[in-house]
Amino acid sequence: MLPQDGIVRPEDVASVLPPEERLAQGPVAIAECFQNIPCDPCYHNCKQGAIQEFKEINDRPQIIFDKCNGCGTCMSRCPGLAIFVVDATFSDSEAIVKIPYEFLPIPDVNETVTAINRAGQAVGEARVVRVQNTKVQDRTVIVWLAVPKELMLEVRHFKVRGVQ
Amino acid sequence: MKYTEVAIVGGGPAGLTAAMSAAKLGAEVILIDRNDYLGGQLIKQTHRFFGSKQQRASERGIDIARELSDQVMNIPNIQVMTEATVLGYYEDGVLLVEQNKKIITIHPKRIVISTGGAEKTLLFPNNDLPGVYGAGAVQTLVNVYGVKPGKKVLMVGAGNIGVIVSYQLLQAGIEVVAIIEAAPKIGAYWVHAAKVVRAGVPILTRHTIVKAHGEREVNGATVVRLDENWQPITGTQKKLDVDVICLSVGLTPLSELLWQAGCKMVYVPELGGNVPLRNEHLETSVPGIYVAGDVAGIEEASAAMMEGSLAGLEAAASLGYTSETLQENLRDVLEQLKGLRSGSVGEKIRKGMEQVSLG
Ligand SMILES: Cc1cc2nc3c(=O)[nH]c(=O)nc-3n(C[C@H](O)[C@H](O)[C@H](O)COP(=O)(O)OP(=O)(O)OC[C@H]3O[C@@H](n4cnc5c(N)ncnc54)[C@H](O)[C@@H]3O)c2cc1C
Ligand code: SF4
Ligand code: SF4
Repeated sequence: MLPQDGIVRPEDVASVLPPEERLAQGPVAIAECFQNIPCDPCYHNCKQGAIQEFKEINDRPQIIFDKCNGCGTCMSRCPGLAIFVVDATFSDSEAIVKIPYEFLPIPDVNETVTAINRAGQAVGEARVVRVQNTKVQDRTVIVWLAVPKELMLEVRHFKVRGVQ
Repeated sequence: MKYTEVAIVGGGPAGLTAAMSAAKLGAEVILIDRNDYLGGQLIKQTHRFFGSKQQRASERGIDIARELSDQVMNIPNIQVMTEATVLGYYEDGVLLVEQNKKIITIHPKRIVISTGGAEKTLLFPNNDLPGVYGAGAVQTLVNVYGVKPGKKVLMVGAGNIGVIVSYQLLQAGIEVVAIIEAAPKIGAYWVHAAKVVRAGVPILTRHTIVKAHGEREVNGATVVRLDENWQPITGTQKKLDVDVICLSVGLTPLSELLWQAGCKMVYVPELGGNVPLRNEHLETSVPGIYVAGDVAGIEEASAAMMEGSLAGLEAAASLGYTSETLQENLRDVLEQLKGLRSGSVGEKIRKGMEQVSLG
């Protein structure tokens, strides 16, 4: 369980997933933030108003999926790096997973990297489609990975080849 | 002898905000820190902070440190003394300071003690071998001096500090073999834990360290699983191949000066150890001595900054300085502190705070 070993499990994620129909419509954020902690930058940084207003700073983020356009602004402000954007509409076989990333080296577009799940295990390969690294992101890079569609709810990290 | 209205001991987030708010009310301030930089712990916090927007959530500690120090350096009625250690407090209200191998005496009208905390350690065989470090020391080596402490690290303690320092070690390209934690649950925010786990670091709760191996330096560590009663389970001993053992088992207030000054102290485990009793103005039992930050109880930088503002305002106000917005500012700070300590993660702090009020 998460509090014992730090591994986010499918049962945890199930409660915060967008419905199938919404996933099928394009990019959408998933906030994998499962504890009431005094933290609210995700809410303050969503210009779409897609994160429900926090009544209290310890509230957990609730994404209003119909308002979320998957822009990813919230991702690079989250101190927990707990928000991901998935886009199931990328191609017939592949989906995009946007990963907040604070390690070096930053991969290049078109580079193949090892896709990693929430337990830290390699689950396949992924291709880097885009790297967002603007000044407002303040050193939290967002890397767009193309992964096989069936892995879009599993891949949450990656390793650059040849780096331990 | 130097004279000043407010002397502030410690230039971390608490001391910096104390200096700023006292100086803004008009007081003449001397800020003293033993390091050659201001910022205290913040100088090595490369990660984004939690908290609310008002308390600069999502900013990185290093950036907050730089900004606060720049502001303080630019306020004319603050005199900053770095590489200056306050060695003692005398009953006539004089601070003894060592700077550049010289002894300086300062006689302030008010003192704010914001000396922060010191790391706790752990008892186990060979804990004196080179290679056994406190997490704060490792963080200073890596993030301030750019030095790798070793190649393979065992982190002891899964609180926020243990987990964040592990993350920073990974960022520096150092392998973290495992994070062990004696308690049945991870103390760090789960989002932090999740982020090191997916980067490949196992967190083993109900585990403790039995001994460090090595002759002249660490070359391994034995860990063991604990049962419900925190007793080692036989047959579960495991030797890990590590060259660094990093202890992150909590901080304790750095309170020597308060003891010396004769402030009434009380042992409060929830706040990290012995802390001074204080009134709602953050004034201790010795009139004119105020406290703020980790020395008043181990919390977070956000709380340290709020307490610093409060102590700085109160110290200056007690000298007769005031402003049109003083009452409002005081109320605002108190509100924010209350908000920070609300909710379930603030429960421990609230429990601690109930035990420290004067009178
Ligand atoms: C690894 C780690 C991660 C953290 N993460 C977060 C976080 O995410 N969010 C958050 O809000 N907080 C975080 N904190 C906590 C935060 O850094 C501290 O709570 C905060 O720095 C306390 O501020 P302070 O001013 O009380 O003490 P400090 O920052 O410790 O400053 C005390 C200063 O006093 C000086 N000093 C002490 N004694 C003397 C003396 N006798 N003479 C002269 N100078 C002296 C010291 O040199 C030091 O500069 C973290 C801490 C650590 C260690
Ligand atoms: S991805 Fe964009 S629209 Fe969606 S919640 Fe985040 S900031 Fe708001
Ligand atoms: S910013 Fe991140 S950690 Fe903070 S509440 Fe939002 S999702 Fe959770």
